[in-house]
Amino acid sequence: MSVRNARDSAAYVLMFCATVLCILLPVALAVSLFVRSIPVLERVPVTTLLTSSDWAPSKGQFGFLPYVVGSVWVTVLAMVLATPLCLLTAVYISEYAPDMVRTLFKPVVDVLAGIPSVVYGLWGIIAIVPIVAAVGPHVGKYLGFVPGLSATGFVNGDCILSGAVVLAIMVAPVIISVAIEVLDTVPIELREAALSLGATRWQAVKHVVVRKSAGGLAAAVVLGFARVFGETMAVLMVVGNVPQVPRSVFDAAYPLPALIANSYGEMMSIPLYDSALLMAALWLMAIVVTFHLGARVLVWLLRRRVE
Amino acid sequence: MTGRRIEESFFRVLMITSTILIAGGLCWIVAVILWRGARSLNLAMVTQLPKGGYYIGGEGGILNAIVGSLLLGFLSTVVAGAIALPVCFMIQGDYAGKGRVAALARLSLDVMWGVPSIVYGAFAYTVMVYVSLGASLLAGIVALTLVQLPIVARAIDEVMQTVPRELKEAAYAIGATRFDVATKVISRQCLPGIFAGLLLGFGRGIGDAASIILTAGYTDSLPHRLTDPVGSLPLAVFFQLGSPDPEVQARAYAAAFILLVIVLLASIATQLFTRRFSRHVVR
Repeated sequence: MSVRNARDSAAYVLMFCATVLCILLPVALAVSLFVRSIPVLERVPVTTLLTSSDWAPSKGQFGFLPYVVGSVWVTVLAMVLATPLCLLTAVYISEYAPDMVRTLFKPVVDVLAGIPSVVYGLWGIIAIVPIVAAVGPHVGKYLGFVPGLSATGFVNGDCILSGAVVLAIMVAPVIISVAIEVLDTVPIELREAALSLGATRWQAVKHVVVRKSAGGLAAAVVLGFARVFGETMAVLMVVGNVPQVPRSVFDAAYPLPALIANSYGEMMSIPLYDSALLMAALWLMAIVVTFHLGARVLVWLLRRRVE
Repeated sequence: MTGRRIEESFFRVLMITSTILIAGGLCWIVAVILWRGARSLNLAMVTQLPKGGYYIGGEGGILNAIVGSLLLGFLSTVVAGAIALPVCFMIQGDYAGKGRVAALARLSLDVMWGVPSIVYGAFAYTVMVYVSLGASLLAGIVALTLVQLPIVARAIDEVMQTVPRELKEAAYAIGATRFDVATKVISRQCLPGIFAGLLLGFGRGIGDAASIILTAGYTDSLPHRLTDPVGSLPLAVFFQLGSPDPEVQARAYAAAFILLVIVLLASIATQLFTRRFSRHVVR
């Protein structure tokens, strides 16, 4: 065997090992987090962990309900704000915008996608929190009868709405970038066929382009969801971090990732505390991975239907 | 005007409004941070370590965080790149074919891309506890490598998939081994993409706070060993913002300014590298 062939085989072994490592990493992640969360699971049943609001780590009480509900509020509201805005923007850039805007917009969005989350959080503190604090009481006064909009007591701006606005802006470059890529893969002939039949541009978009790329657009939104759901720093800085079950968008919340990040100092000194927090990390991972795989199945099903 | 014309204009207005809202919001962020940060920035901030009483308004700067962040970002990018490159070579057609290994590796990278960075921080923390390592530069690098690996690998893989088949076949035809093709053809052809992928990872890594809050710790001095704790810019922003002193809060804006400038420079460097190395690419 020549030296070159030996080198080739050696490189193959190395590459194979790196690839296996890469494949096993998510498994190792899940297994090690699970092993570390066994101690708390042995002491407290999962149903209690998820439905109790009693949070007193020093007494061995770990009720995750306020944190889970806080996470859900912030994530859902952020996605409700971001999804329509981002998809409309992506459609505009991909289908309507003049060439100059198009060529300028994409690289700028890609650059902005890299802005650190702590910068988004800081912007939230400087810009969004004061606005929410000023607007909140008025909304509560006139629209307080709508569930989720009541503003009882003092609105200091560190609340779910601020967190959701910051997250919505933060995730926009991710969703828009993927959505534009998806829309660009729709063949131009399909649009031309619709337009030549007398469809308006919007009708072509609505009936042809979006239909054809529905799976990819859904995947873009799911990617955004994963980013929002696990985001820690930007939310932590503006959401108030009060462990309560929120009733309104003007209430403070305490999402799971913020809890993990804020407890790093004390988690070693209280028994079971680190176990409970690592279990929370496992939940985060499980939910994100489930959505991710769900999106893949959805894309696959939609593609089969379209074809 | 018919119904569908009204619908057309209605949605056109709606789309333009959302584009302006989003573009405006993003520009607003950059402008606010650059403006507020530049006002509180001074030479001492970037050249001095925090001195006594720094966090209650005393003298000093955040050199510890700047050096710490650059070390964390640079070293974890190197490690992530060293793992990502062989994986990317492997999952091209030459080695693994269209086989299960490649599909599995891509699925795994996709899944890892979505995993929140706080989870990587928690995982690295369990590893730290297991090997009884304290909060340190090394632990921070481990966590950030995990954050960057899927980003870097996916970016490089995407570029490598665009290498024309004919180019590789021409090399095989004159007797090149797969390793020759990987190192002399694919890596040359993809050099701009590889650099872009690494810089993308660096930008994400240096800005990530959630993974290092559990692993890297925070200190006012410069690290001398891999096992020393290390300061970092995102956490410098976060901790200084927690101070009630407006003077110290202003320094958080300055730290955010420095961080943002580093990240934006990395992004712009990506574009420049891509152009510069493109001349080696066979089209």
